[in-house]
Amino acid sequence: MTKKIRILIAKPGLDGHDRGAKYVARALKDAGYEVIYTGIRQTPDAIVKTAIQEDVDFIGLSLLSGAHNELFPKVVDLLKLKNADDIIIFGGGVIPESDIPGLKEKGIRAVFTPGTPIKDIIAYIESAK
Amino acid sequence: MQNLANQILKQDIRAIARSISLIENETDISQKEALIDTLHPHCGNAIVWGITGPPGAGKSSLLDRFIEHLRQSNKKVAVIAVDPSSPFSGGAILGDRLRMQKHATDDGVFIRSMASRGHLGGVAGATADAIKVFDAAGFDYVIIETIGVGQTEIEVMELSDIVLLVLVPGLGDEIQAMKAGVMEIGDIFIINKKDLDGADRLKSEIEYVLSLKDSMESASNHSICMTSATQNDGIGDALAQIHSYFSSLHDDGRLAQKRKERIEKELKHIATTKIMASANRFLNIDQRLNDWVEEVFQKKASPYKLLNKKIGEFLQELNWQ
Ligand code: B12
Ligand SMILES: Nc1nc2c(ncn2[C@@H]2O[C@H](COP(=O)(O)OP(=O)(O)O)[C@@H](O)[C@H]2O)c(=O)[nH]1
Ligand SMILES: [Mg+2]
Repeated sequence: MTKKIRILIAKPGLDGHDRGAKYVARALKDAGYEVIYTGIRQTPDAIVKTAIQEDVDFIGLSLLSGAHNELFPKVVDLLKLKNADDIIIFGGGVIPESDIPGLKEKGIRAVFTPGTPIKDIIAYIESAK
Repeated sequence: MQNLANQILKQDIRAIARSISLIENETDISQKEALIDTLHPHCGNAIVWGITGPPGAGKSSLLDRFIEHLRQSNKKVAVIAVDPSSPFSGGAILGDRLRMQKHATDDGVFIRSMASRGHLGGVAGATADAIKVFDAAGFDYVIIETIGVGQTEIEVMELSDIVLLVLVPGLGDEIQAMKAGVMEIGDIFIINKKDLDGADRLKSEIEYVLSLKDSMESASNHSICMTSATQNDGIGDALAQIHSYFSSLHDDGRLAQKRKERIEKELKHIATTKIMASANRFLNIDQRLNDWVEEVFQKKASPYKLLNKKIGEFLQELNWQ
């Protein structure tokens, strides 16, 4: 047996747009990953605790509401606080190009915006795992 | 290994999480075996529930409510929620915990999603050993949610002290089909979605089926409870019945009996897999299979004779014959 890659797909904050997150979750399942989906309205604390219990390799954050600059880095910081920053955080959603460098600086390793083909996301996971 | 085990005994969350991955991935079998053996003296204190029933019956929603109540009496709860792996991609969507996510930040609750990874029987191959990890870590309750239930998904019965079978109105003929096998595995029958039409009728149907069964085996008498997980109705009553059923199991010795049967199954399972593995290694089946296929295909050998001879050689090597 070989190690399976486990990925938590999570939606922080109050954003209710869940189509993209569900779409990505399903596509990653079809690509052979084990995907944990926790639904909308998760606090950064719940996301981090879930990721640790589920022993995931990646956390994929999804946000379309515009609150990414505030919420994404919160997850990164909490993960560090729990000594679990070996877990890779990436994300996607409606995120202006101009915000991406700042997010990367804060520890979001990759950001995927609307229209991203799923194969790009898979290629990223394969290169980072 | 001693170190990982010690961390588990100290309830270190990351150690628990990682050891379950170690068990699931089977990347290092001897490490896994050492871990389970080290934990073994610390196991046996947790009460293990299995919750099963058709997909969508409300198993996860009910667990969410049960956890709420168990936490009120300060019990620590671990959940292992099993979902199926895709036979095509090997991937899985593990979505059970979505319904229990309000407990995500409670340190007294540990929810672990588990993909079946091709294991048949309604749970995963790693479930049995994962229960031990939670047990040793001091969780008062370990609850297994199965992937669903059909004629063959009944392995949860072999892993738990009590099986809760969740049924819902509107299954129609399914209940008919389920009478035979699956009804046998429930210790407590929970009719969920009592807020929907048909719940009372379902209750009388189940009572009827059980009365047929009970007239044959006098020892069993089942309890049936009715709940609505979404409306938070009947939960306390269901839990009271579960607790009292557990007490009776404990008091009349059936619990010890069940647990011994569980160990018996476990030992048999370990024995068969290990013997299979060493036989495979000795016979070198993977490499020689092609040659054998050819021999049998060309009628140079016949299947039983060929393999009886090879297995005979294997047993001789072991000095068993
Ligand atoms: C459909 C939609 C809705 C639906 C949502 C249905 C649902 N359950 O999801 C409804 C009608 C309910 C809705 C409501 C609202 N919406 Co709306 N909605 C949209 C719309 C048109 C499409 C979103 C969508 O589903 N796309 C399809 C999916 C597949 O794409 P996606 O989510 O972008 O995902 C892709 C990538 O982003 C990426 N991705 C996404 N997540 C992740 C995660 C990971 C880990 C990775 C790797 C990749 C990834 O990969 C996906 C595939 O390429 C967008 C506009 C737009 N074009 O994006 C507005 C939009 C998101 N909505 C908007 C707004 C303002 C709202 C409302 C506040 C409107 C209102 N005033 O009531 C409400 C808020 C609802 C709420 N509770 O949060 C704004 C957000 C503005 C902002 N960011 O500044 C947008 C951008 C429209 C706009 N231009 O103004 N909305
Ligand atoms: N009407 C009603 N719906 C319920 C009840 N319990 C659960 N549900 C809904 O049934 C669906 C499946 O529930 P879930 O807990 O995921 O079922 P599972 O697949 O058995 O774990 C969800 O939409 C729940 O909200 C109930 O008591 N009444
Ligand atoms: Mg479920």
